[in-house]
Amino acid sequence: MKAEYNEQLLLKGLANNDSKAIETIYKENFQVILSLIINNNGSSDDARDVFQEAMIALYEKAQSQSFVLTCRIQTYLYSVCRRLWLKRLQQNGRYLYDSDSVSETVAVEEDLEEHERKNAEFAIMDRALSSLGEPCKSLLEAYYLQKKDMQEIAKEFRYTNADNAKNQKYKCLMRLKKLFFAQFNIGE
Amino acid sequence: MDDILLLEAIENYLSGKMSAEERAYFENLRKTTPEIDQMVVEHGMFLQQMDTYAAHRNLKHHLHEAHIKLIETGEITENPSQTTKAKVIQLWRKYKRVATIAASVGGVIALVISVVVVAVSPAPNNRAVTELSRKVDNLQKKTDALNTEVRKSKIPESITQTNNGSSFLIDTRGFILTNAHVVQGLSNVVVVNSRGEEFKARIISVDGSKDLALLKIDDEDFQSPSSLPYNFKRTASDLAEEIYTLGYPRNTIVYNQGYMSALTGFNGDTLSYQLSVTANPGNSGGPVLNKNGEIIGVLSGRQEQAEGVVFAVRTKAIHRFIDQVKKADTSLEKIKLPTASSLKGKDRPQQIKQLQEYVYQVKAF
Repeated sequence: MKAEYNEQLLLKGLANNDSKAIETIYKENFQVILSLIINNNGSSDDARDVFQEAMIALYEKAQSQSFVLTCRIQTYLYSVCRRLWLKRLQQNGRYLYDSDSVSETVAVEEDLEEHERKNAEFAIMDRALSSLGEPCKSLLEAYYLQKKDMQEIAKEFRYTNADNAKNQKYKCLMRLKKLFFAQFNIGE
Repeated sequence: MDDILLLEAIENYLSGKMSAEERAYFENLRKTTPEIDQMVVEHGMFLQQMDTYAAHRNLKHHLHEAHIKLIETGEITENPSQTTKAKVIQLWRKYKRVATIAASVGGVIALVISVVVVAVSPAPNNRAVTELSRKVDNLQKKTDALNTEVRKSKIPESITQTNNGSSFLIDTRGFILTNAHVVQGLSNVVVVNSRGEEFKARIISVDGSKDLALLKIDDEDFQSPSSLPYNFKRTASDLAEEIYTLGYPRNTIVYNQGYMSALTGFNGDTLSYQLSVTANPGNSGGPVLNKNGEIIGVLSGRQEQAEGVVFAVRTKAIHRFIDQVKKADTSLEKIKLPTASSLKGKDRPQQIKQLQEYVYQVKAF
């Protein structure tokens, strides 16, 4: 019962971006994934990529209100990593040695589909932001991502007053929205 | 300017920063003006996207930091074999005494057995693997001479016997790789390409234990190609993977195909593969490629008693050999193995057409 409670706490921590919780989950699970990947033609870099991807999928799951953990964190991460790695191997025309019998897995296909959709959205936003160029990119990041207020931003970017910064921010935002929705609607 | 104010109002509305009065006014405005209503919905969705993006990016950053931190503190490692070390040490401590006694008893027994075996068994046939290089006899040399009489051969006429093998270019500046046993003990090398053109080459390095040798073409007639069409496969190959070879069992280039039949070589050697492919003396040192045109090894020998059992040196050993050569001689540090293959997806005859001019016959004397 205690272990279950602990895992719930860890997930809550992960959902709130708590670095302690992230480190704990990382520490307890990375080695298992590392040996899965290394034993299947992968490198430690591959293991890191796949593991971090799975952590993001877990984070997304932990964030949704309806989320209930139906298995141990390790089982979930293992299943996601296995699935992700299998896919990557297939893309390279190679196959996974069947290790189903070794570790327990759960069905994660639906979660992964959702995760992939989110990944695609992330990539669109990332591309849109980086094609904006400076100073638009930094300006919008300061306002929308780091949530700084307009006064602060005006000072940091050396605008003479907050209104000028606001004006510039508006122009940048319109460009970003245009770039983002152009891609996003194709994706839909 | 109006647009900017409107957007600010929408953002304030969405983030709940409006006073009750403003809010009521704005909601009324939304109801009466569909354009504004639509803008609110659209911008709300966009802001949500931004928020998820921010959270996602933040998390990636956190994960990256956690990884570096945990590696530094040693709480995770990137080398799975290290995790079992503690266990091994524990076991060793526990059974140290037992192990020492067992080892000494075992040692004595082994000595006795080997003495008995040496005394009793017949002399072993230690040539279980034939090296596929070929001693061409006098007669054949003469027929060759007839064939190439038109062009003046770079092999002196007084040479009556050469040791022949295959080889291939690994660096555009004329570095070629072949088997050690093709050139071992010999000092003069001439390589011949698929068009029959001869080039003088010199031996740079020979490693008998890996059965690899590096040569360099040292001939003013040689023109460096701009790039090589194949690359070296980094990862291990799979059992039953389709493979093919090019080489010079005769004075003409010969193609053969087969498959990967075991992931280890003769007597379980992990630096080589066992292939099932036809190979004849003279094929030694030729490249072994997979269907994507990636080099997976160098053909090295075959088992004498068994038909179709051929061994190839893995690319892992090739990489090690090249690293070793670079370390030994700093002037060779610039050797760069090709990293990109342009053969992927092409059909076989097309691949061979591109490949064959980089596969050379080696004649050592």
